[in-house]
Amino acid sequence: MENKFTRNIYMVPYALWIALFVIAPILLVLYYSFFDIEGNLSLVNYQKFFTPVYLKMTLSSFWYAFLITLISLIVAYPTAYLLTKTKHKQLWLLLIIVPSWINLLLKAYAFLGIFGTYGITNSFLEVIGIGSQQILFTDFSFIFVSVYIFIPFMILPIFNSLIELNPTLIDAANDLGASKWTTFRRVIFPLTIDGVKSGCQVVFIPALSLFMLTRLIAGNRVITLGTAIEQHFLVTQDWGMGSTIAVFLIIIMFLFMSVTGTRKRGI
Amino acid sequence: MNRLIRVFLAVVIASALLLFAINRLNKAEGFAGDNTLTIYNWGDYIDDELIDRFEEETGIKVIYETFDSNEAMLTKVQQGGTTYDIAVPSEYMIDKMREEDLLIPLDHSKIPNLKNIDERFMDLPFDPTNKYSVPYFWGTVGIVYNTKMLDDIEITSWSDLWDPALKNEILLVDGAREVMGMGLNSLNYSLNDTKEEHLKEAKEKLDSLTPNIKAIVGDEIKILIANEEAAVGVVWSGDAADMMWENENLDYVVPSEGSNLWFDNMVIPKTAKNVDAAHQFINFMLDPEVSAQNTEWVSYSTPNKAALEFMPEEMVEDERFYPSPELTEKLEVYENLGKKNLAMYNDFFLQFKMHRK
Amino acid sequence: MSLELESGVSKLEKKISPLAKGFLFLIFLVLYAPIFFLVFYSFNSGGTMFDFESFTLDWYKELFQDTRLLIIVLNTLVIALLSSLISTIIGVLGAIAIYQVKKRQTKNTLLSLNNVLIVSPDVIIGASFLILFTMAGLKLGFYSVLLSHVAFCIPIVVLMVLPKLMEMSPTLIDAARDLGANRLNVLTKVILPFITPGIFAGFFMALTYSLDDFAVTFFVTGNGFTTLSVEIYSLARRGISLNINALSTLLFLFTIILVVIYYFITQRNNKAQIGGIRK
Repeated sequence: MENKFTRNIYMVPYALWIALFVIAPILLVLYYSFFDIEGNLSLVNYQKFFTPVYLKMTLSSFWYAFLITLISLIVAYPTAYLLTKTKHKQLWLLLIIVPSWINLLLKAYAFLGIFGTYGITNSFLEVIGIGSQQILFTDFSFIFVSVYIFIPFMILPIFNSLIELNPTLIDAANDLGASKWTTFRRVIFPLTIDGVKSGCQVVFIPALSLFMLTRLIAGNRVITLGTAIEQHFLVTQDWGMGSTIAVFLIIIMFLFMSVTGTRKRGI
Repeated sequence: MNRLIRVFLAVVIASALLLFAINRLNKAEGFAGDNTLTIYNWGDYIDDELIDRFEEETGIKVIYETFDSNEAMLTKVQQGGTTYDIAVPSEYMIDKMREEDLLIPLDHSKIPNLKNIDERFMDLPFDPTNKYSVPYFWGTVGIVYNTKMLDDIEITSWSDLWDPALKNEILLVDGAREVMGMGLNSLNYSLNDTKEEHLKEAKEKLDSLTPNIKAIVGDEIKILIANEEAAVGVVWSGDAADMMWENENLDYVVPSEGSNLWFDNMVIPKTAKNVDAAHQFINFMLDPEVSAQNTEWVSYSTPNKAALEFMPEEMVEDERFYPSPELTEKLEVYENLGKKNLAMYNDFFLQFKMHRK
Repeated sequence: MSLELESGVSKLEKKISPLAKGFLFLIFLVLYAPIFFLVFYSFNSGGTMFDFESFTLDWYKELFQDTRLLIIVLNTLVIALLSSLISTIIGVLGAIAIYQVKKRQTKNTLLSLNNVLIVSPDVIIGASFLILFTMAGLKLGFYSVLLSHVAFCIPIVVLMVLPKLMEMSPTLIDAARDLGANRLNVLTKVILPFITPGIFAGFFMALTYSLDDFAVTFFVTGNGFTTLSVEIYSLARRGISLNINALSTLLFLFTIILVVIYYFITQRNNKAQIGGIRK
């Protein structure tokens, strides 16, 4: 047997990364969170976080992140499933990712044009007789565009766990007389649960701190913790309060991870 | 496994080729030399031809870097690690930078063209003897409105915005000082008011405006207004000029209650390596002809009096962008209120944003 | 064996109903709609992203004369490729490390630490990296940007690789070890081939993160080094010119061509090998 050192040597870069780029910034953020705006040591930021303004903001961040994750999952699962059945599935999968390489700000500007009063969507609604609607600056457009941005992150892990699914298992279930729904619920879904979890994590966690879209697409009608941090860092230069909110974001993420965390895989 | 190795190699080779190409291009552009001048400015805020001309005349190579907010620029200058020779912050930031000792005093003897600046724009409260800064462009905050969409509604003042006929027609720019200032102005308080009860009053006044507000947005306000997404916008005059260029139905007014007068200014930050070249550049930009060309290109208002002669008459005589001295009297320049008061502005602004109809 | 597999696949393929095809079509339509929008207006002589006046190629011409922009584009690509590559390597090793931790508690803590950078807003990451780099005396520019991109791409790689590892049956590794394979062999012959899809997913998502990042790059860059995102965001105050649309169009076309070529090359190689190695 090799000794412990050589066994763990390949972990060094990752461990270094955690120490330098995760632990150190966390400590820095924690340190800043104990300073008020004038640079005095105090707990005032934490007090401030528990005022209705910030609690309400936390709740609404949660709510939107939840909706975004849920809708992404509902759209992504069937998409991933159908993709695994196409002929050139790897190609199609790549083509799902390609749009995310175009600059986000540009795409957001495009959505301003698409959803605008004189945009394509409204012209279409006119033609089919529904009539022009206000789409921009609504919850709908905000969630739509957020889902748009996150969907590749949800599709990929689900696709990857679906593709390894042994077709014989499904055939077996079918042969045993299971309906399609039962096969899905009892066989397919449980086997892809790791992919689904991973997808939910990579969508929910960053969705909590979305900021740019809240202004561009939602016209600041949606205020999330991310928006507030942005403001504190870049407008008031109140790094203390910004850091405090970040501390809470990190705590929420830890909680979320332990809820969706890994269990021992049953057989 | 083979596939992994192939992709790995492909990426390494591609990166090597790209690095080689960048290197060649940088050399071709002359970035390798020592005599360079790094300008830190807002994106697209200078006529590129002038940079070329400056390079030709002086032999100094210009590196142009950009920022998108004063505060982000401040953070970069504070932390160092970079070599900005010129920066272009807004007026309230000058005070802050001076307080934090981030500016190098200007040597006026090296900037003879300083005489071209209109006296009205010299010795302003944020930099009393122009020890650190020279104004680059200036403007106001006001209301841009679409005359076609609002046939018979006339807008001349802040209070006109509260007209119920403007339901869901107003876009505000996402700035705490600007929006709170609008509330303060409409109550005839100063834009630099720091009394909490006045700010609270202003915030409540603004709350009553929410039915009329369609959204609070950033730079995209230009596209939205020009595209007639909303009929009214509260904007900076520079943006208004851009929008009016795109859409001829638009008009701009500086509200009668008063408003904000802003300045973007050239300074030499402490990070500077080539102070001499920085002075040369400032002097170059203040040349009447150069300044006129830049103004036509940028389309903001220039503080350079001598440059006005070289500009088209209809531009200079446009009272909306070159308001009369009487109107300028009513305008206030933002003062640096200190972090604490700014935080108060921001808290009220945040509460206003969260106020739902 | 491979014959059976093939027929199994074709049996599945037949199951795609027109409804399903319609659904996929809709998804792709929505995903590409904003891009087509940008492409469409890159030909607009009017200069704005509304009001299409007439067709022009001026924006493309302007683009090719702009060396500064070209350098920025190349910078962006180099940073994206290199940072994705490095972060994929570190991330895969990290994921294996996390996978091998037995204690559930430690595993969850590690994973949570892994995700800190995903949940932290970019400004915070940017500002704290800036402080770290200046403390370390690193000159801001190419290397500081590369380092930060590697740093914030690692967690996404781990998250993409980990579920594949979880699906791997532990008996597989045990079996290999029983057969006398050493650690390196286990890694290259058993683990890596199995998690390859996860590795690719991680690499591509890292590319996405890197190409899109604005705030972190903004803070840690300097000395003349700029990426496309930083450039585009700083243009926003004065209005984004349509040559940026033209640029995006070209980059987009280039990517699509690359993706398709890449795919068909690997396809052919796979076909050549199919009788032997697969499964």
